[in-house]
Amino acid sequence: MNLDSKIPEGPLSEKWTNYKINQKLVNPANKRKLNIIVVGTGLAGASAAASLGALGFNVDIFCIQDSPRRAHSIAAQGGINAAKNYQNDGDSVERLFRDTIKGGDYRAREANVYRLAEVSGDIIDQCVAQGVPFARDYSGLLDNRSFGGAQVSRTFYARGQTGQQLLLGAYGALSREIERGSVKLHSRCEMEELVLVKDNAGKERARGIIVRNLVTGKLERYSAHAVVLATGGYGNVYFLSTNAMNSNGSAAWICHRKGALFANPCYVQIHPTCIPVHGDYQSKLTLMSESLRNDGRIWVPKKKEDAEAIRAGQKKANDIPEEERDYYLERRYPAFGNLVPRDVASRAAKERCDAGYGVGSTGLAVYLDFADAIKRLGKKVVEQKYGNLFQMYQKITDENPYETPMMIYPAVHYTMGGLWVDYELQTTIPGLFAAGEANFSDHGANRLGASALMQGLADGYFVLPYTLQNYLADQITLGPIPTDTPEFDEAEQSVRQREQRLMDIKGNKTVDYFHKRLGHIMWEYVGMSRNEESLTKAAAMIDELENEFWQNVQVPGDIESFNPEMEKALRLADYFELARLITADALHRKESCGGHFRTESQTPDGETLRDDEHFMYVAAWQYQGHAQPETLHKEELNYEHIKIATRNYKN
Amino acid sequence: MNFTLHIWRQENAKAKGHFETYKVSDISPDCSFLEMLDILNEQLINDHIAHPVCFDNDCREGICGMCGLYINGRPHGNDDGVTTCQLHMRKFQDGDEIWIEPWRAKAFPVIRDLVVDRSAFDKIIQAGGYVSVTTGGVPDANAIPVPKRFADMAMDAAECIGCGACVAACKNASAMLFVGAKVAHLAMLPQGQVEAQERVKKMVCRMDELGFGSCTNTYACEAECPKQIKRQNIARLNREWIKQLFAGNHKPEE
Repeated sequence: MNLDSKIPEGPLSEKWTNYKINQKLVNPANKRKLNIIVVGTGLAGASAAASLGALGFNVDIFCIQDSPRRAHSIAAQGGINAAKNYQNDGDSVERLFRDTIKGGDYRAREANVYRLAEVSGDIIDQCVAQGVPFARDYSGLLDNRSFGGAQVSRTFYARGQTGQQLLLGAYGALSREIERGSVKLHSRCEMEELVLVKDNAGKERARGIIVRNLVTGKLERYSAHAVVLATGGYGNVYFLSTNAMNSNGSAAWICHRKGALFANPCYVQIHPTCIPVHGDYQSKLTLMSESLRNDGRIWVPKKKEDAEAIRAGQKKANDIPEEERDYYLERRYPAFGNLVPRDVASRAAKERCDAGYGVGSTGLAVYLDFADAIKRLGKKVVEQKYGNLFQMYQKITDENPYETPMMIYPAVHYTMGGLWVDYELQTTIPGLFAAGEANFSDHGANRLGASALMQGLADGYFVLPYTLQNYLADQITLGPIPTDTPEFDEAEQSVRQREQRLMDIKGNKTVDYFHKRLGHIMWEYVGMSRNEESLTKAAAMIDELENEFWQNVQVPGDIESFNPEMEKALRLADYFELARLITADALHRKESCGGHFRTESQTPDGETLRDDEHFMYVAAWQYQGHAQPETLHKEELNYEHIKIATRNYKN
Repeated sequence: MNFTLHIWRQENAKAKGHFETYKVSDISPDCSFLEMLDILNEQLINDHIAHPVCFDNDCREGICGMCGLYINGRPHGNDDGVTTCQLHMRKFQDGDEIWIEPWRAKAFPVIRDLVVDRSAFDKIIQAGGYVSVTTGGVPDANAIPVPKRFADMAMDAAECIGCGACVAACKNASAMLFVGAKVAHLAMLPQGQVEAQERVKKMVCRMDELGFGSCTNTYACEAECPKQIKRQNIARLNREWIKQLFAGNHKPEE
């Protein structure tokens, strides 16, 4: 298979302009004849559907929740980046581009990232016009804050609920199109199969999906001239993550099984500031926004005795005098301090805890301290900036962060890997596009904070409305696509068979029992640091657990009913396969980069050590059947514009 | 901690519901309410007692608005400013009996057990709860300054998560706080002014059509709102409604 990334000609800064000048368009009369399916209603899906509907296409949009507004984009706290340079602090498209490439440890595609930086400003304009209540200063103009991996303040925010406000903006735009009739909403529906149909030239194209109506359990068929997948990431393969309970990787995995290549699955982002794990009944981990690192200082005790005393409950954080505290990020990374990128901050926390300096009852926590900020700014200002986060922390832990430092520990948060897409965001299946976290394209091996919202909205508002037209321009004579065809019959049957097979096992263990065990394997052996030994071990354990699952899982109730256990079982079945691919990808990439840390490949002071000579490529995997080793395809990363360097956040 | 749970069971929208009693034991006080229900469901499945209890939930950090249980007579339970998923068992006493019901409102029919259909909220927003801009062609984000005070008040209202607790708490099952929050959010900003009159008219009419009750100013909605959206937003809604009545440009559409 030849991976053509379809990067347009010309200098980097002119590529997107050149693309738009030369692309094909669809005239308004023809737009009415074309149907588009959008799966997912997060930032990418909602913004894409709203924009495409407004252009005149017929859109069907699907979400698994009761309302499009529930998508997990809603939980993003800190902010959204944009190269507006409103602060006059030296920001520019070029700088945002460079920061993103560097933050991704030189494993992202230059042209995509440049386009992202280029349209970032338009996103803010769009959201303000929608009535998104971004934070403002007393002049009435927009306020900004800093995020990890940047030395400028380019992050726009709406208190600690930026994702919520941006999503509600996109949801508003989507609702308007639903009212106008250009978009049809299908809530409580989960995609279970992708339907491919051969065109006249014998080429298979994405032409529809099979969904499970989650209320009735019945399967439904939908056809379209193109399918957009905006279904988020697969972080829940780790069971415990900051993702929502229903976030899952199945839609993307289904497409992968049907032939779409899956890129860089081992790039998983572990977020440094989450509330630590407290018990085995725990169902999810809660993030404390990265924005807290603007004012919070991270530390552990300098002396092991102090750390031990804290763990034993004999000492408290406030008993440790200033000179006995190790502000290890400020010590190791003077230039960026507490605002190093997420992968760096996470590993540094793990390093301290593994060395015996961790705090909390488990020893798997570090302090995030606001005492200095409260002294400097006053409690009121801190409350204004972070009040809702402090409240959230207190509700969960029963501790008051104004008085005692927060305890935090890294947790799985975001997946940089995803469906391989070209410059047009089209997967290797013609007519199947992937946007937002579901694709792999913009963040390389590590995503910078406040860039997920930017990418989701860039894809949906400003990229897909162009690139989809370029594809659809060739489909205008096709006419409506029937769903009473053998392709749809077969797709529907395969879903029913999978459901029936799960139902028939009638074993003794619940879905969650297996999911927790899978999560444990992934976190222990394919987590923050990996090596040949741990990965080999994980691969064997995943196989074994999967076998056990297919013999002993119990799915209660009926197939055709409202049955959350069936939903979970279907998703977990895919997670086993995903886990296997993540592990294989991590095993093959014998270098450390961004969120992927191989202990065999590190500098003397414990930083990631890339191997550009051998691994300067996107690893795109091709499915070969259940439990079969997948085939690796490489997209070489040719950096024409940027000078490749070692990531340095020290000076 | 040990608890006796009385849970509303209802197989589907048409079936007749009833309470079932279950017991859970050895629950950690740090366990969240929904994690306690997870533990119950494990038990129900493992011991083949009953179909697991269905309840809506997703983010489990109080922002998606998916969860919502009526616990001992209060939407989202006995803590202030939290959703059900943020409620922790330390808020209960060991040995407590806990009554768990779905939202009760004509506009929110039960789907199964504790799961209700809240698509009526989506329909109210579809009626006009947005600024009608299409993608592109908008002015620079800093072109129109907005006084910080107004931006902050808009944000206060915009924090609504659409969970439906206000409707569940209201004896009339009124959606005035939900609608008021959206109307006020957009009315507070210059971007929302252009359509302010149309918006309030359409949203209020849609709310009435969908079977939500009227507001009789008991403010149970404000007391139970997990995001502590203020009742002043209802006043703003009424003000916007009256403004459009007297504006005289056009009659309200039927």
